[in-house]
Amino acid sequence: MNLADSTPAMNSLLGSEADSQRTLYPYVTGTSVVGIKYKDGILLAADMGGSYGSTLRYKTVERLKPVGKHSIIGASGEISDFQEIMRYLDELILYDNMWDDGNSLGPKEVHNYLTRVMYNRRNKFNPLWNSLVLGGVKNGQKYLGTVNMIGVHYEDNHVATGFGNHLARPILRDEWHENLTFEEGVKLLEKCMRVLLYRDRSAVNKLQIAKITEAGVTISQPYSLKTFWDFSAFKNPTVGAEGSW
Amino acid sequence: MTKQQANWSPYDNNGGTCVAIAGADYCVIAADTRMSTGYSILTRDYSKISQLADKSVMASSGFQADVRALQKVLAARHLIYQHQHNKQMSCPAMAQLLSNTLYYKRFFPYYAFNVLGGLDNEGKGCVFTYDAVGSYERVGYSSQGSGATLITPFLDNQLKSPSPLLLPAKDAVTPLSESEAIDLVKTCFASATERDIYTGDKLEIVILNASGLRREYMELRKD
Repeated sequence: MNLADSTPAMNSLLGSEADSQRTLYPYVTGTSVVGIKYKDGILLAADMGGSYGSTLRYKTVERLKPVGKHSIIGASGEISDFQEIMRYLDELILYDNMWDDGNSLGPKEVHNYLTRVMYNRRNKFNPLWNSLVLGGVKNGQKYLGTVNMIGVHYEDNHVATGFGNHLARPILRDEWHENLTFEEGVKLLEKCMRVLLYRDRSAVNKLQIAKITEAGVTISQPYSLKTFWDFSAFKNPTVGAEGSW
Repeated sequence: MTKQQANWSPYDNNGGTCVAIAGADYCVIAADTRMSTGYSILTRDYSKISQLADKSVMASSGFQADVRALQKVLAARHLIYQHQHNKQMSCPAMAQLLSNTLYYKRFFPYYAFNVLGGLDNEGKGCVFTYDAVGSYERVGYSSQGSGATLITPFLDNQLKSPSPLLLPAKDAVTPLSESEAIDLVKTCFASATERDIYTGDKLEIVILNASGLRREYMELRKD
């Protein structure tokens, strides 16, 4: 029994009229985002799938977006909530620009803002159902952080959301090192994304890689990974147990 | 039509262990730097220790988002105190503030398990230990978090603290030297790391004494 739910404050929030006003469960979702620091900045990777439960409904969802001059955001979870977050961020960057004082929000500041937004929504029992990756470079300082729907946040040299935490982080812990070149970084991310493609049911084989350096943001055109099904176990899957599948 | 039950929890346990030991003229506050969720490690390098005032250091484990929010609230309140009183908050004052802040959210608690360490108004070491809703007491040493059940009995044995029921009250502050206390803390964490999956990676130790604040680190097992 959740004691917190039985207080007078919670009763009105949990009544059925209030239910239509709060996020109860996600509808259209994106899967993992993976991010790494490399020599010149940050690399993020995410596929372009938008799942509607078990249906792969949308196959060209851009889950990586630039934020201002110094940051990129990658989102997994509810796509409509990500679009709402982009509206919040666009407003944030607009007000930042309107000061016209030569100052601009860096990735650390944007990450902190997002953390506060996510935590505050969780406090009101109406979360933005996302796990976000925020990366960027400002004045030579690289920054890579993540925050999820209940406000848990941290920064590290490599981060991932959802399934990426289980499948990609171990690869990154083994093979990431300081001063990866761009080519090495992309190869490492592709290795992670390939494992996710093999093992995550909601992954699709159409992905983008986003790069941010002091010079600016580049988000690649969508492309597919080569997959390898030539393993002998895949060729004769029922050998040793004829009649099974 | 049955009422919709939430299928998400506003809480998570991000693990970790905190310890604090008070000495005659110093205080040692320590916590591991591992942050986990479920059976995954999120990051190996996350500090759970926050300096709230000149002579107050808090270590908190539990739900990381609540811990961070709590640290921010206390930092803001301390800044206001400094503006209003033109001085730093003493450790016992901060202890009361922390208790009140936690109880304020009695019906939607900060899922944070705190130990507050520092120097009292006489320069003696003090440690305050809390539960999630603000009940607290001053003790000679304390441990909170996922490894607390492993560490507390060991500290009871090593520090031979006098019973709090004795009259006249005997001081629970340890007669150990500063370096002996630091070694004890390192031993606690090395042991807890062996058996608690949520404790490990690195140990951060903060030592407060008359000369100020000092930080030490020690590697722990990463499995």
